[in-house]
Amino acid sequence: MADTVEFELVAPEELLFSEPVELVVVPGAEGDFGVLPGHSPLISTLRTGVIAVYENDSVNRRIFVSGGFAEVTPERCTVLADEAVALDAADRAAIEDRVKADREAVDKADEDNKENAAAALAVSEALLAALDTAGQA
Amino acid sequence: MPNLKDLRVRIDSVRSTQKITSAMKMVAAAKLRRAQEQTEAARPYSERMDRMLGSLSEGLPTGAGGPELLAGNGKDDVHLLVVMTSDRGLCGGFNSSIVRGALQIIRRLLDDGKEVRVLCVGRKGRDILRRDFRSLILDTFEDVGRKNLSFADATMVGDRVLEMFEAGEFDVCTIIYNRFQSAMTQIVTPQQLIPFQASDEAGAGAAANDDSSETAEDDSQKAAYEFEPDEQEILEDLLPRNLSVQLFRALLENAASEQGARMTAMDNATRNAGEMIDDLTITYNRTRQAFITKELIEIISGAEAL
Repeated sequence: MADTVEFELVAPEELLFSEPVELVVVPGAEGDFGVLPGHSPLISTLRTGVIAVYENDSVNRRIFVSGGFAEVTPERCTVLADEAVALDAADRAAIEDRVKADREAVDKADEDNKENAAAALAVSEALLAALDTAGQA
Repeated sequence: MPNLKDLRVRIDSVRSTQKITSAMKMVAAAKLRRAQEQTEAARPYSERMDRMLGSLSEGLPTGAGGPELLAGNGKDDVHLLVVMTSDRGLCGGFNSSIVRGALQIIRRLLDDGKEVRVLCVGRKGRDILRRDFRSLILDTFEDVGRKNLSFADATMVGDRVLEMFEAGEFDVCTIIYNRFQSAMTQIVTPQQLIPFQASDEAGAGAAANDDSSETAEDDSQKAAYEFEPDEQEILEDLLPRNLSVQLFRALLENAASEQGARMTAMDNATRNAGEMIDDLTITYNRTRQAFITKELIEIISGAEAL
């Protein structure tokens, strides 16, 4: 059996990542799960969190996802992310701006939009937090 | 006899029109390339989405009982049409062919005694549809993807459609857009979104793109998925998402078609202007020669009279 699993990460606007990896840890709705080759077939929703791609027993790349879906088969792990940001290439200043903009949007939003604005803010804050933890690791 | 100065002015004006059309053609060509790239880039997502939806819906009971987005709400009385056109003109038959398609469908549905509502994406379609069916148009989205089409644009339209569906304002939703085949040909395509029907093109596209062996593998594995949280919940998340994805794809196809149609139209216009300039130049030269000849005859006959 192959010792790698084909990992694909797609966002609505592009294919972000498609290569064989040894292990990938995905933030499922009911807890993180690791995908090794030969994983049993699974479909799961994702919560906001960080996908970690492992190589040689250590984390090689971290990618932030704001939610989405994952489909796992023995050979493949496909993640359909609502939004995905690679943390090693992320621009901290831009993200801080985004958090600020979202915060203002929450303040300005009227009743109807409050929920959406708050959700957007939660995502961007989580992204910032994820960036900080990745930086320390 | 035509006036020489008038001809000169005319030639100049056609020439500047030609410059404009050829510039527009080049702009459209550049935008077309970008739109095509974007369409390509978005393809994997919708393919995977289709695949996942396929694996999910297989395990579900068909017909009533499933989620309404997938199975419909059992009625077929009120139809919602999402008509996708462009905001700008000067793109050949692009808008009028969509509108013609839309009108056909609207008339057919009305004849069948159904109720029809229309959502327009793009100013041009609204402008034309308003003439005959003003009362049916609910709303128009303008400037969708004016700078760069993003998924957020599709979600915006998708949310609106979902909201209306949940409020029970319609039973069946169909989008009409131009599918991009080549810069020369765009195909007006109606696609039913609610209740959801897997589109054949998507399946064909997926098969063409993926390894055929890979797709064969998929089929054999579909049966035994585990679901987290459970199937229903995932579907409830996935279906609205899928709606936006389908809309996004249609918007992208439409954007590419618009630029393709514009490029072709402007190419024709440039060529026509060129022909017109040639004709006018010949007329101009003939007229000028005729004037010279006439003047010579006048001089000679004047000299002879002395």
